[in-house]
Amino acid sequence: MPRDEYLTDILRRQGISRRGFLKFCSAMASLMALPPGMAPAIADALSKARRPSVIWLSFQECTGCTESLTRSHNPTVESLILDAISLDYHHTLQAASGTAAEEAREHAMKEFFGKYLLIVDGSIPIKDGGVYSTIAGMTNLQMLEDAIEGAAAIVAVGTCAAFGGLPHANPNPTGAVSVLDIVKDRKPVINVPGCPPIPVVITGVLAHYLTFGTVPDLDHHHRPLSFFGDSIHDRCYRRPFYDKGLFAKTFDDEGARNGWCLYELGCKGPTTYNACATSKWNNGTSFPIQSGHPCLGCSEPDFWDAGSFYSPLSTPSLGVSKVAATAVAAGAITGVAFGLYDQRKRKKARQQHKKVSVEDLGETS
Amino acid sequence: MTTAQRAITAMVEQIDGPVASYFSSCVHCGMCADACLFYTETQDPRFTPIYKLLPMRKVWQQEFTFWGRLMKSIGLAKSVTDEEMAEWEELVYDTCTLCGKCSLACPVGNDITYMIRKFREAMVASGHAPQGLKEAMKRAIEIGSPMGITLTTLQAQIKHAEEELGYKVPIDEEGAEYMMVLSSAEIAQFQEIIPAVARIFKAANVSWTLCSTAFEGTNTGIQIGSSDLAAELIERIVAGAEQLKVKTVISPECGHAYIALRWEGPNLIGRPYKFKVQHILEILEELRKQGKLKTKGKDETRLTYHDPCQIARRGGIVEQPRNLINQFAANFVEMKEHGEYNWCCGGGGGVAANERAEERRLDVFSKKKQQLDEIKVERIVTACSNCRNMLEDGLDHYNMSDIEVVGLTETLVQFLDDTNQAND
Amino acid sequence: MNETELLTWLRGPGLLIAITIFVLGVVFRVIQNLAIGMPENLAEPKGSTFGPGVATVFRRFKFHRHSTNRGYFTLIAGYTFHIGLLLTLLFLDQHILLFKSILGFGWPALPTVLITFSALISIGALFAVLVYRVMDPVRRKLSVYQDYLVWVLTIGPLITGYLTMHPIGLSYTLLLSLHIISAEILLIAIPFTSLSHMASLFVSRWYNGAIAGYKGVKS
Repeated sequence: MPRDEYLTDILRRQGISRRGFLKFCSAMASLMALPPGMAPAIADALSKARRPSVIWLSFQECTGCTESLTRSHNPTVESLILDAISLDYHHTLQAASGTAAEEAREHAMKEFFGKYLLIVDGSIPIKDGGVYSTIAGMTNLQMLEDAIEGAAAIVAVGTCAAFGGLPHANPNPTGAVSVLDIVKDRKPVINVPGCPPIPVVITGVLAHYLTFGTVPDLDHHHRPLSFFGDSIHDRCYRRPFYDKGLFAKTFDDEGARNGWCLYELGCKGPTTYNACATSKWNNGTSFPIQSGHPCLGCSEPDFWDAGSFYSPLSTPSLGVSKVAATAVAAGAITGVAFGLYDQRKRKKARQQHKKVSVEDLGETS
Repeated sequence: MTTAQRAITAMVEQIDGPVASYFSSCVHCGMCADACLFYTETQDPRFTPIYKLLPMRKVWQQEFTFWGRLMKSIGLAKSVTDEEMAEWEELVYDTCTLCGKCSLACPVGNDITYMIRKFREAMVASGHAPQGLKEAMKRAIEIGSPMGITLTTLQAQIKHAEEELGYKVPIDEEGAEYMMVLSSAEIAQFQEIIPAVARIFKAANVSWTLCSTAFEGTNTGIQIGSSDLAAELIERIVAGAEQLKVKTVISPECGHAYIALRWEGPNLIGRPYKFKVQHILEILEELRKQGKLKTKGKDETRLTYHDPCQIARRGGIVEQPRNLINQFAANFVEMKEHGEYNWCCGGGGGVAANERAEERRLDVFSKKKQQLDEIKVERIVTACSNCRNMLEDGLDHYNMSDIEVVGLTETLVQFLDDTNQAND
Repeated sequence: MNETELLTWLRGPGLLIAITIFVLGVVFRVIQNLAIGMPENLAEPKGSTFGPGVATVFRRFKFHRHSTNRGYFTLIAGYTFHIGLLLTLLFLDQHILLFKSILGFGWPALPTVLITFSALISIGALFAVLVYRVMDPVRRKLSVYQDYLVWVLTIGPLITGYLTMHPIGLSYTLLLSLHIISAEILLIAIPFTSLSHMASLFVSRWYNGAIAGYKGVKS
């Protein structure tokens, strides 16, 4: 596609009317919790948006994030935007391969130095010099380092890029770390976690960046507040059952069939921040809890190491019974031991007992 | 060993399983204060029963708990000092009669009285005890009675009784079933007990005897808190009982004598008795139940019964005196808190022998006065000579001397129907 | 360490440490108190020891409170706090899940709103108890720093628990972590403080009753 085409030209060519485009912009505005009056501003910015260069680096990942993003049963505006941005480098989606692909990347980095948007999915292994994930002989670590300086902003897509994800889980044999661990405060980093993230969340972040040229408001985990500001628990439609104390105890009991809260089945909704309960998945079809499965907490750091997915938040993440039983036995044994020791102590004191005689009472009148 | 070390060693000796569990459970709720007449009548928080044990708690902490032992081993624990023992002497001896009401009131079940008794052992070991009590103890060991009563006095009272009765009072009779022990106060002041007991036993055809070497039941050793000295006194009674080969020793109308002889005795001397011990009230009730204690006539005087603490609350003899009183009293009213809930008269536990505490014990008699004011009686029956003296002192102090104080046995005998008995 | 790691640690090793110290410590104290024991009683018994001991354990639940302000207050505030605490601890569904994972069995829960109520009442009673401890001359005389420390440790889980269910200011994750850590600190403190009364009172009441029962006295 020609580089100097406007986004709206591209969309028109694809058959998206101005009306459809404006509808998208309104949806974007409300998704990002912006006032309705922002929709025209979004439309305006997007219309003027030249196709920004985007370099997408895929590291130690499963490609689930790309799959989530690109999965569409019918063409959606989101996927068209992605098509429309100048995706100069993307393993899965690009046509080029081998040295040609790497050249395309280096070329884009040089030409749009300081202006390209860097998107990363997958974690970065750093153990043993980073040999556990290489592309064209170059470690992920090196590739990321090279790309940081010229990036305007970096978006870490998926929990692996945002927090280290599955490779980072105990015992982390590859020394996997997150994008932020490498970049630190050199460039603005936006984390878009999820395993995978909701498609519209990614495009919402991009739309924000394209509209305002700035990074959206982030929480302490660098996640956009507009999508990750509320916990699943706070937006869950089953919340009234939690508050009342009505829980499904198995996957097919009366509670489950009645759509009661899934806390007892291990739902991590209360400690998980994402847009699943509001935006949902597959164009708003459903989300895990609605389908009867507890939330795994996949947009939180270290969710793989946070105890079983099916053990409730109030229960131990390690086995306690054996330890408690051992403690009872140990307490009993030491109790008896010290009891006997103290008996001996008393006996010794008894031996030091000087028998009291009348003389000990001292002078009396 | 310094005096402080002697005190600590004595406490280590005394802290047993129960004491350890009591200190483990105390949450400083202060409920024991409401059960102690020394607190209720003065509102002085230092007289809270568990507060009186503070030095002992320190020793428990430093010698028997993990944290305490740790702190002691690294030198961060302040051990009990001689000054503390001196300071606590007044609390332990002047404001506690070992009455046991606090032990009944504690929500976590602490037997505070039990602990005070043990704490006094440490006081004695380190030389701390009230002068008056020390002197009484000396007299008890050296003369044979804390009041200084000798066999001569007893013999005089026996002669008196024999003149009244017209027959001999048995003394040193080997092979009798019962050996009656008396208390000094009875021999000195309430000597009617001797002919009373003689008549009752004669009517019931029971063989009994006094013992010339073991006629004193009062145990000052228990009151001052010295197991060694208490044991010495017990040994005299045991020797007398074994020599006379009696089956049962009778504990007199005296509170601490019962506790000393019946419950602490064998443990003090380190061996079980070869005889039984029973309180005079238990004997009388047994005789009554067997129909061997016939009475005639009833007393219309409005009277009440004051339960001596060591006999009722700490000794378990609650029903027997009531059954006996109901034999002769037609107008028996109970104080609101009676039986094991009765309030102490204020004279037990060595307090009466302690001149330093005289003002205080009269002061706190206001509790007993309050009890009596509620029921307005003419007479108080009791079964402990120490209580009798204290009640009289207290009533006098509060200008209530129109209320008569009498002993149970001597009153019961006034209604004894022994006219059918052939005289000796 | 991020929030999730903190929460996972508190639910994992933290809990193991706290439960080990709590269980070991409490069992130790109870057994030690029993093992130090008493010498054999050589006096002729008038009654038994075991039965009367057990009877006293139950009888002291209705402790002999005199008709004083202190007595009424202790009865009402004390029981309100204890019952409120036990209801909250034992009958909130989330807590029952915890017990089930440790003991292997659970029991029916009460509606959450009732537990909210019991927690608040418990907190209120605790404040009342603190005020009284400071104002009553007897309690003030008896109280040492430890008495105030355990008050803080006890109210911690109640307040943080309430906040976890009704978050203010902090995230649910952090509040839950605070709740768990406050409970763990409380558990660790129990064997070393007067809070051990929760277990040792059965021993002390039993001893009291047993010693009295031997004498044929009801205690």
